[in-house]
Amino acid sequence: MKIYTYDDTFEGLLTAIFECYRRKDFPIDICSRSGEQRYLFIHSIDIESDPTKAGRVWKGVQDRMSGRNKQLLFYTFLSGESGIEMKIYRFLRRLFSGHFNIETDYGDPDVLYLTQTSQKVKKEALRMLQFVRFQRTKDGLYFCGIEPRYDVLPLIIKHYQNRFADQKWLIYDLKRSYGIFYDKSRLEEVVLSKRQFNIYNGQVKQNLLDEGEDFYHKLWRSYFKHITIEERKNLRLQRQHMPKRFWRYLPEKQIEVK
Amino acid sequence: MNDVVSEKLKILSDAAKYDVSCASSGSTRKNTNGGIGNGVYAGICHSFTEDGRCISLFKILMTNYCIYDCAYCINRRTNDRPRATFTPQEIVDLTIGFYRRNYVEGLFLSSGVIKNPDYTMERMVLIAKKLRKEENYNGYIHLKAIPGASEVLIREAGYWADRLSVNMEIPTEPNLKKLAPEKNYPDIISPMTQIRNEILVSKEERQKYRKVPRFAPAGQSTQLIVGASPETDRQIILLSSGLYEKQNLKRVYYSGYLPVNAYDKRLPAITRPPLVRENRLYQSDWLMRFYHFKAEEILSEDQPFLDLDIDPKLGFALRNMHLFPVDVNRADYEIILRVPGVGVQSAQKIILARRHRKLTLDHLKKIGVVMKRAKYFITTNELPASFSDWEPKRLKHKLLSEMNSKFRKSVDTQMKLFTDFKPVLPTLH
Repeated sequence: MKIYTYDDTFEGLLTAIFECYRRKDFPIDICSRSGEQRYLFIHSIDIESDPTKAGRVWKGVQDRMSGRNKQLLFYTFLSGESGIEMKIYRFLRRLFSGHFNIETDYGDPDVLYLTQTSQKVKKEALRMLQFVRFQRTKDGLYFCGIEPRYDVLPLIIKHYQNRFADQKWLIYDLKRSYGIFYDKSRLEEVVLSKRQFNIYNGQVKQNLLDEGEDFYHKLWRSYFKHITIEERKNLRLQRQHMPKRFWRYLPEKQIEVK
Repeated sequence: MNDVVSEKLKILSDAAKYDVSCASSGSTRKNTNGGIGNGVYAGICHSFTEDGRCISLFKILMTNYCIYDCAYCINRRTNDRPRATFTPQEIVDLTIGFYRRNYVEGLFLSSGVIKNPDYTMERMVLIAKKLRKEENYNGYIHLKAIPGASEVLIREAGYWADRLSVNMEIPTEPNLKKLAPEKNYPDIISPMTQIRNEILVSKEERQKYRKVPRFAPAGQSTQLIVGASPETDRQIILLSSGLYEKQNLKRVYYSGYLPVNAYDKRLPAITRPPLVRENRLYQSDWLMRFYHFKAEEILSEDQPFLDLDIDPKLGFALRNMHLFPVDVNRADYEIILRVPGVGVQSAQKIILARRHRKLTLDHLKKIGVVMKRAKYFITTNELPASFSDWEPKRLKHKLLSEMNSKFRKSVDTQMKLFTDFKPVLPTLH
């Protein structure tokens, strides 16, 4: 009875799985080092993350998965659901033991769970494309602070890089305290030490905002109000498409502060 | 200056809200030369209004002055309403300002007709051109083709825009004549045909030379008002099926008639828009586009209207009980798609998953099939828990009674006698 621990990264998890095969030793669980402690009095082995070992596992996965599912395991890992490691591990054992096309075997609980979890992560990434709202600051930076349920910033930066190639932007994950900054030529991961924004709703302090910002903010709120057809009011449908947890980041849904 | 713009925005967004189309899908335009914006093929909705409709594009009228007097339209000439007109530069600035803040996915520009169709269309084309040329903007643009505008202008519009649309509004010619005497049917059909042909030509030429500019890469759409004129559902469905097949339309939108001009005696007197009917029409539309249904199968000749109580797919199944039950482990994809409670995604999953093992009812439930409805129409290789040859009428009744109360409410079209009931006697305290 033993468990493996790894360092929270996807690479670390792949290394741990590599070690299982190398040592011919099958742990009852794989846990992240910083996650909650699930076992008492158990022999735990700590695995150092190793890019070459992880790379070998990843290559094996790429060779055996079909085109549309190549990123499946990475997406599911980003969900950070507890116990996801063993599901990935069991999936890989079946994959490497030569079963054919197992990613479509939805009758298997692990496969179905992994597929559905990756769908959830993709959906959350889509919401980051929908509900990110930039605020322009005095120095011409477009800032957005938001709190995705899963760690999906890596999945969306390409979209924003393509779309806003000619403007400086920063998307900041308020929950995980890191952001991606783009300076019109390259991307950079940043951690802000001095916070100039509201940690609750991601709004930049008023004195740092560009003069035009307030104008567009007001116009957007007014547009939002006037494009509604009163006779067809359906608040339930609205909440279904635009979950309430995002409302505090959206200018059109914020409560007006006089 | 800012106050003027915000006042205009109020008036013109208020006037634009009756256009239902807001899709930003179908364009894969790339962001070139470090400009701004790109197209996302699936489209992105950025916000949702209180009526539950998405805001994907910045939907605005260029002007709400109009020379026409159509009975169903809020902006008709004879209505006494505040009127405004945006200058091209104002629309360009607003679009870019909203776009840079990721509020919207692009611009949806429509307009009332001022002076004549050509004059209006020319100004709309100018706005699209300014966005593309001056602002280096590659985001989505949806332009409304004004009926009666010249072919040259529509061709130019197609080169700047991603999607074009011509609104039919009233589904049949005699009724259009009645409600909008100044418009005529050929004026609507001819730009539609022109757009279809231009799209086909540009596609063909692009196969030979890659540099040929695309013409309306996201295709064209149209809108039909439902309930303003006495057309049957069958007429409407047959019309849209024809539009999809013959005119290659991407989408037909249905807009439940809102009594905006209640004083006009040519229009039916209703108080609430026919939302359930609109919903059933959309469901039929989906059946035609994604479920391989033919218009004739959704509504047969002896059946002019859709059943408002149940969705058209369930209706089809109940009329054709001889096709069921279906063995999910053996039937073709097309057949599985016809089972009520099985969507496109579940059907695809079933097809893939059954290669690995025989599927049971439990598997189906986990995959996402709505067993409440589907269980009467499928077999697996388990022994059925209970077997009964359902009579369609009884089955419909059973399904309706099991339906969740939250869905019932929206389906409720029964007139209520006592909605405004007030007791005569004062309540005792």
